Amino acid sequence: MLQLPEYNLPDSSGKFGKYGGKFVPETLITPLKELEEIYCLLKTDKTFNEELNQLHKEYSGRPTPLTFAENLTNHFGKGKIYLKREDLCHTGAHKINNALGQILLAKKLRKTRIIAETGAGQHGVATATVCAKFGLKCIVYMGEVDMSRQSLNVFRMKLLGAEVKPVSSGSRTLKDATNEAIRDWVTNVKDTHYIIGSVVGPHPYPMMVRDFQSIIGIETKEQILRKENKLPDYILACVGGGSNAIGIFYPFVNTKVKLIGIEAAGLGLNTNKHSATLTKGREGIFHGMKTYLLQNEEGQVSEVHSISAGLDYPGVGPEHSYLKDDARVKYFSVTDNEALLAAKLLSKLEGIIPALETAHAIAYLDYLMPKTTHDEIVILNLSGRGDKDLNTIKEKLAL
Amino acid sequence: MSGDRIVSIVSNYIKKKNEAGEKVLSVFLTSGFPNKNNFVKLALNILDAGADILEIGFPFSDPLADGPIIQASSQEALKNGINLQITFKYVKEIRKNTNKPIILMGYANPVLSYGIDRFADDIKSSGANGVIIPDVPIDEFDNFFNSSFDGIDKILLITPTTNEERVKEIDGKSSGFVYCVSISGTTGLHNIDKNLELIQRNQKLVTKNKMLVGFGISNEDDIKKYIPYCDGVIVGSAVIKSLMNENKNYIQTLDLVKSLKTATNI
Ligand SMILES: Cc1ncc(COP(=O)(O)O)c(C=O)c1O
Repeated sequence: MLQLPEYNLPDSSGKFGKYGGKFVPETLITPLKELEEIYCLLKTDKTFNEELNQLHKEYSGRPTPLTFAENLTNHFGKGKIYLKREDLCHTGAHKINNALGQILLAKKLRKTRIIAETGAGQHGVATATVCAKFGLKCIVYMGEVDMSRQSLNVFRMKLLGAEVKPVSSGSRTLKDATNEAIRDWVTNVKDTHYIIGSVVGPHPYPMMVRDFQSIIGIETKEQILRKENKLPDYILACVGGGSNAIGIFYPFVNTKVKLIGIEAAGLGLNTNKHSATLTKGREGIFHGMKTYLLQNEEGQVSEVHSISAGLDYPGVGPEHSYLKDDARVKYFSVTDNEALLAAKLLSKLEGIIPALETAHAIAYLDYLMPKTTHDEIVILNLSGRGDKDLNTIKEKLAL
Repeated sequence: MSGDRIVSIVSNYIKKKNEAGEKVLSVFLTSGFPNKNNFVKLALNILDAGADILEIGFPFSDPLADGPIIQASSQEALKNGINLQITFKYVKEIRKNTNKPIILMGYANPVLSYGIDRFADDIKSSGANGVIIPDVPIDEFDNFFNSSFDGIDKILLITPTTNEERVKEIDGKSSGFVYCVSISGTTGLHNIDKNLELIQRNQKLVTKNKMLVGFGISNEDDIKKYIPYCDGVIVGSAVIKSLMNENKNYIQTLDLVKSLKTATNI
């Protein structure tokens, strides 16, 4: 049997092969080093891990179920589909896993002010939630376009006591919100911790956020072994920055399980209205990392598009860039319309309304399932619930 | 041959000025801003008005280290089609009429996309002398700047969060001068207390290079406060903002540069 080489990344400089690193202004180097130091100390610290596990269990509702999707399976008539139910986490998406981990770090670093960027608003809500719980001041940067398409989440953040700062530069979406959050951090680094919402940004964020999200994959492994007595054949997840995907993939990178990430093809890959970074991008340096990037021939970052705010991002986590080149993970994309139909399908068949981000992974089942055999197991990371997207879905789908 | 022993034109220039009893004034302009067609003339006029060093910023869509003023000038430049090719053409033209140092400043991605070797070659052939890339800190320095950059000054930044050990390390790697950022923050017109203690500390620690202070310097008073503790100052946003407020001949901007230069004479 083919044995994959040991996987132990990033290296000490924060690189996944040639990707990753710390391409940031000098001002941020010292706080990044402090963060890395405290994280490396706490990662193996018993008290820290007990505190985090306690929060996962008592506050967030972990472990989340691994649900057998019987009707969906019957719909395809092949394979066996399980859903990892991150939609059942407190606040409705996997984002809380990372926010809880990072708020504990911020406490240890004695920071009193928390900033975050958000696209879909799920990370903003998760951050506002943990700030409310731990009594820290919270400022969330959000593009104006996203504020209008995810207006329910804007209200949630405000209700939770956070200040939502509208970002009006560039494409007024996630990329620009991230720029503003980084500028805020450069300015207020003394008292501020930046809770990045995905496996992006400078080292140690991609590693740290991956580790915090890996609880998804660790639970999944235990659950599927208990239920089926074997590992799955496929694991499927949507990829924006890539945190829910890496969270479920990471504990399986050294196994034979076929890992598949789904990006947003927007209005189509042959238009410029998509955000399929790994499919159509090329190497670039952006938001502190070297990674695949959607950009023009002069290295200017593209204004991208997806119906789902959480996938509407021109970059991607550097580890995904590595995993793509290394071929350990395969990446494909589906369009806005395919995602919408998939959201409808899952709602009708399983009584679960998925987030539009997640719906991209669901839509790929149309391509994958016909290729499976009857006893092949497919696990799909159901990264979030769709309540936040009801306005968008209502606008686009006639029922 | 390795580039170690090549004498830096930039640091030599600063040294000569300092020996003549002057501190230097470095002025930042965004490439092709505000007007694509008379940029070369503007740059030469700025030099005539008293700028000792010219920094030309090539635009990037997502300038993380910049505040609203330089963000706006970069956006405008991009809208007008400014890119590295055009910027190198400007440098060539400016070089025909001046011996003062010219430094290019911008973010890593346009350089990576242009081709790192090609970028270095064009710096040399256009007559520019150095480069500042704020999102390539020393931690990424060796991976980014290969041997094609030998003979080109690579100017590194130190900021209020840079500890003593790191200041020394940065001084060791930097050439041309060390860019001392006076505040924690992005470029722009900041109305905050000048952290003179920090500048004094850095002045003692930076021994290999000349040290210029920048970020948030907008008038003669600012300059007078810093000038005893450095070899020169860098002014960007104040000049860009002034350019935004006028549309012909740039008289006020040239007057501003003149007055800034006066303040650097001790
Ligand atoms: C439910 C859900 N899934 C996926 C994503 C995409 O992010 P990532 O790729 O980091 O999981 C988001 C982002 O907002 C989200 O809210």
